[in-house]
Amino acid sequence: MTGVRVLAGTRKGAFVLTSDGRRERWEVSGPHFAGWEVYHLKGSPADPDRLYASQSSGWSGQVIQRSDDGGATWEPMGNQFAYDGTPGTHQWYDGTPHPWEFERVWHLEPSLDDPDTVWAGVEDAGLFRSADGGRSWQELPGLRGHDTGPSWQPGAGGMCLHTILLDPSAAGRMFAAISAAGVFRSDDAGQTWRPINRGLQSEGIPDPDAEVGHCVHRIAMHPARPRVLFMQKHWDVMRSDDGGESWHEISGNLPTDFGFPIDVHAHEPETIYVVPITSDAQHYPPEGKLRVYRSRTGGGDWEPLTKGLPQEHCYVNVLRDAMAVDSLDSCGVYFGTTGGQVYASADSGDSWAPIVRDLPAVLSVEVQTLP
Amino acid sequence: MIRVILPAHLRALARINGEVHLEIAGQVTQRSVLDALEARHPALRGTIRAHDGGPRRAFIRFFACEQDLSHEQPDTPLPDPVAEGTEPYLIVGAMAGG
Repeated sequence: MTGVRVLAGTRKGAFVLTSDGRRERWEVSGPHFAGWEVYHLKGSPADPDRLYASQSSGWSGQVIQRSDDGGATWEPMGNQFAYDGTPGTHQWYDGTPHPWEFERVWHLEPSLDDPDTVWAGVEDAGLFRSADGGRSWQELPGLRGHDTGPSWQPGAGGMCLHTILLDPSAAGRMFAAISAAGVFRSDDAGQTWRPINRGLQSEGIPDPDAEVGHCVHRIAMHPARPRVLFMQKHWDVMRSDDGGESWHEISGNLPTDFGFPIDVHAHEPETIYVVPITSDAQHYPPEGKLRVYRSRTGGGDWEPLTKGLPQEHCYVNVLRDAMAVDSLDSCGVYFGTTGGQVYASADSGDSWAPIVRDLPAVLSVEVQTLP
Repeated sequence: MIRVILPAHLRALARINGEVHLEIAGQVTQRSVLDALEARHPALRGTIRAHDGGPRRAFIRFFACEQDLSHEQPDTPLPDPVAEGTEPYLIVGAMAGG
């Protein structure tokens, strides 16, 4: 029987949660890297036993870990993330120039076909690549060096490159999202980039439809339809049908269009999931009810999914990298909360149950569907 | 023999039990101790000071003989009891954060 492996990064370590295809009974392994923040872990699509993890701490900075046995054992890899050339400056919160400084790796995106190649999205926003399994890292400076780079500003959580999407249908096409700069697209494997934010409206910036400056929280794509992109922006849920050339709003009947994660059903490219959060000042679900919202129409028309989720006194958040789907026949959906719960649904979101209830605050959730 | 004591999170990272014992030829300084430590345990590179022998990380401190040596120049000789191995060189995570 096939199975799943859920990779949860938390404020105080990483956890590996495994189950068979029924997804009813779970084995919990961890904490790995106990006491360290683990912003993200992800497995290689080309070799499911190859995992990468971003481990960091305020004391000792960044560590990259790699597992070649599905998370049973780990080895530290290279942790030198040096910006290419003279880093220059971006804007600080007060509008003054601020030197680009590496803080941490937010997101690791393994290549679709080479286990030794992996991209890293970092704070301060930059894109790095390793072609030797994480031992060494080189910046792809075309992104940070874009003409608009000196005008980028951090969001409240730092100026992070938090999302990297690889287009499986077009060699070299990739997307990167940065808070608070926006979405960028490359068609040459990351050498050159251009902002793709037309259609976004952000009231929190002086020019609401500026080329850059939008606080994009997350973007998602279905691999079978890579020209269709979905976005959870600071406020607004958005959609593009042309590879990011233009965006339109699909918030529809959501109770609030603020939130962090967004993801797409594994087998239904028009079925998408978000977790509405009250507001930028109140990072918890409206009315204390934890509800995933699902649209089966590609946005606009949303239904709340509540079965098995707390419907009173719930004031957790779900962070941008903390939702994932598996690709079993009955699509599984997973998300983690800042309260330490990891919830799973084995029926596309119709019903939910916690895999674990009391982890440290969950920063990221990924899932691997195992052969 | 130089005795080095690391904070728990770095011992776990480098899979070290107890003290690290180093033999250092030449003058015993913070730089020569850290160079030898990182050569022995490459996983520690970048976690105590910047890569390539750069500055100490902000929330790491260096103590020995009941003195805070964090702000000493890296090539200043360490106290004799450290160089003689009677006192350990302590690498400490500053009391900050949780």
